[in-house]
Amino acid sequence: MSILIKRGQLIDPHNKVDKVCDILVEKGKIKRIAKTISAKAQQVIDANGCVVLPGLVDMHVHLREPGREDKETIASATRAAIKGGVTSLLAMPNTTPCIDSPQAVSVLQKAISKTAKAHVFIAGAITRGRKGHEIVDIAGLKAKGVMVVTDDGSSVDDEKVLMQAMQQAKKHSMVVMCHCEDAALSDEGSVNRGLTSTRMGLRGISKESEFKRVERDIAIANKAGAHIHIAHVSCKESVEIIRKAKKNRIQVTAETCPHYFALSETDVLDFDTNMKMNPPLRGTEDVAAIKKALADGTIDVVASDHAPHTDNEKDIEFERAAFGIIGLETGLGVTVTELLQTRLISWQRIAELLSANPAKILGLNKGSLAQGDDADIAIVDPHQDWALTKKEILSKSKNSPFINRRLKGRTVYTILAGKLVYSCREQA
Amino acid sequence: MTKWRQKDLLGLENLSKEHIELILSTAESFKEVSTRGIKKVPALRGKTVVNLFYEPSTRTRVSFEIAAKRLSADVINIATETSSVKKGETLIDTGLSIQALKADVIVVRHNASGAATMLARHVDISVVNAGDGWHEHPTQALLDIFTLKQKLGNIKGLRVSIVGDIAHSRVARSNIWGLTKLGAKVTVCAPELLIPPEVEKMGVSVTHSIDSALANADAVNVLRMQFERDAGAAFPKQLEYFRNFAVTEERLKKAKKDIIIMHPGPINRGIEISSAVADGKNSVILEQVTNGIAIRMAVLFLISQARRTQ
Repeated sequence: MSILIKRGQLIDPHNKVDKVCDILVEKGKIKRIAKTISAKAQQVIDANGCVVLPGLVDMHVHLREPGREDKETIASATRAAIKGGVTSLLAMPNTTPCIDSPQAVSVLQKAISKTAKAHVFIAGAITRGRKGHEIVDIAGLKAKGVMVVTDDGSSVDDEKVLMQAMQQAKKHSMVVMCHCEDAALSDEGSVNRGLTSTRMGLRGISKESEFKRVERDIAIANKAGAHIHIAHVSCKESVEIIRKAKKNRIQVTAETCPHYFALSETDVLDFDTNMKMNPPLRGTEDVAAIKKALADGTIDVVASDHAPHTDNEKDIEFERAAFGIIGLETGLGVTVTELLQTRLISWQRIAELLSANPAKILGLNKGSLAQGDDADIAIVDPHQDWALTKKEILSKSKNSPFINRRLKGRTVYTILAGKLVYSCREQA
Repeated sequence: MTKWRQKDLLGLENLSKEHIELILSTAESFKEVSTRGIKKVPALRGKTVVNLFYEPSTRTRVSFEIAAKRLSADVINIATETSSVKKGETLIDTGLSIQALKADVIVVRHNASGAATMLARHVDISVVNAGDGWHEHPTQALLDIFTLKQKLGNIKGLRVSIVGDIAHSRVARSNIWGLTKLGAKVTVCAPELLIPPEVEKMGVSVTHSIDSALANADAVNVLRMQFERDAGAAFPKQLEYFRNFAVTEERLKKAKKDIIIMHPGPINRGIEISSAVADGKNSVILEQVTNGIAIRMAVLFLISQARRTQ
């Protein structure tokens, strides 16, 4: 199998490349990059006017398999992923059963090898059943190839437990990904605490519930010497704490999600449950702080926190509706629209946030496009003006706040391990 | 002349000043109907109004029922214990069933904030919010404002204090939106834990002193203290509340002589208000009940008109 990509603007953040060139893909690898390649290939893609990115790496995805295949499956999520240009993703362990043992990892790996249409990597839980008490067999997880542990969806309340987990993670060179939330301060809320919760007559989730945990967890990681990754940063105080930690050379990385810079708390006011996620949409100054942090390097990663839920769990009273939204199909479009079209960041930075940086954090040999690299590629038409309709969603669940929203920049071809796996254009 | 075009009345937050005034002036003309020998007009003849109540309520439901009947509508009451309705599909499914029965209006009371908004999104027929969680209770605020207007003529510039559990009160929120839109100066008064966060950004002043809430006020709206609700241990016990926040004759001595005392009912005598004040010359509590009918007639009439002209 060979593919020749003609005249695309190659962005390789790893090697700081930004140039128009031809790329020859052969046997799953980048065979050659040159100004003009005249070699014959089985497929030729005219990428004139398009941006050629290393395949996107989404390090925060809820596959729902095993246990809730009515919401999403490995097959449906990965199909949605490649449509969005995502060629690698990290599956969160909060499934039923929870991925909290080497055995559970093996079972999941088997299912992935059968049905996944993209590269799927697995995060293990920090504690048994994600209950926050008993640390899992971290060495055992590592032996199965797991690189990240997280109790995502919950925070580890017990500092001693988290400390031990961090020490274990350090020992085995693994990343501890933290969902930072002090549940007591979240007050069973469903929107940002403040004017928004007051206007809506709902319990509010305070920003303290997030940033106090960010502060605590970074301090614990620092003591243990472990690499901590802060999931879904939503507020300006968390950004400040992370910025300061980085200045102090603490080994911390952080991610945010497209909704935390594309939307804000006013979008939730008419009780649309597709605007309900945890952490909640915050204020405009938080959005501004997140954008700045994405531009200046404080936040390293944009991840989707793809969280499928059925209509039955979303089309109900706001306070009872499930938290979370899907995002695999819109992540790139929303990021390009909000950050690149507004000239806040460059394509290099887009490629870092969506591919090179998460790849680096996960220790993957991905996120770069040089000769000999894996041929995972997203070819993006930066000028395409489009909107995702509910009907077109490939995820099993349709809970997106971006349905029908105009976006600029769309994945037109996705190449996975040297094979063209997605295309929304007529091929040449 | 402002025209009414909305199919629903979900709250006062998203209603313009002009639309609020339109409801008030429409209610003005309907008030007279209830004083007639035959208390009925044919405005809604052939229409069906369904009262869908997921929370116990007597006065609001009866008020809507009487309002609909005085407009000659047919009225069906559905009372559902919330405890048996854990899942929201039931609300949407019930709404769709009521629509399939060719009803014209659903009047809904629900313990979840936003329930009326959600219902209105899923049905094509009209929805009137009769109270949703802590969010809004628009017809209560409208009848409060209507009563004030009848007593004092103009809302603009009035000083109105709302005393009680502001955090968990839909009556407070709707009153705040309505009164501030019409130009009143609103003060909310409660123990600190019963003041919702950043409420001052809704355009009100906040005080924790009942005396300062009463001083210079033209009217005070005393909310029912709902000790049975999930406010839980958030506030002082009943007796302590009475000592610190109740509106009593003693406290009124320092207030304006003709201060208007309102209460959405039902009253907890001896908790948020003393009997002497509730029954006293400044109290308009029963007039509020009477005015509620005119307001609800106006609302039912206007939304039905809007649907007809669509």
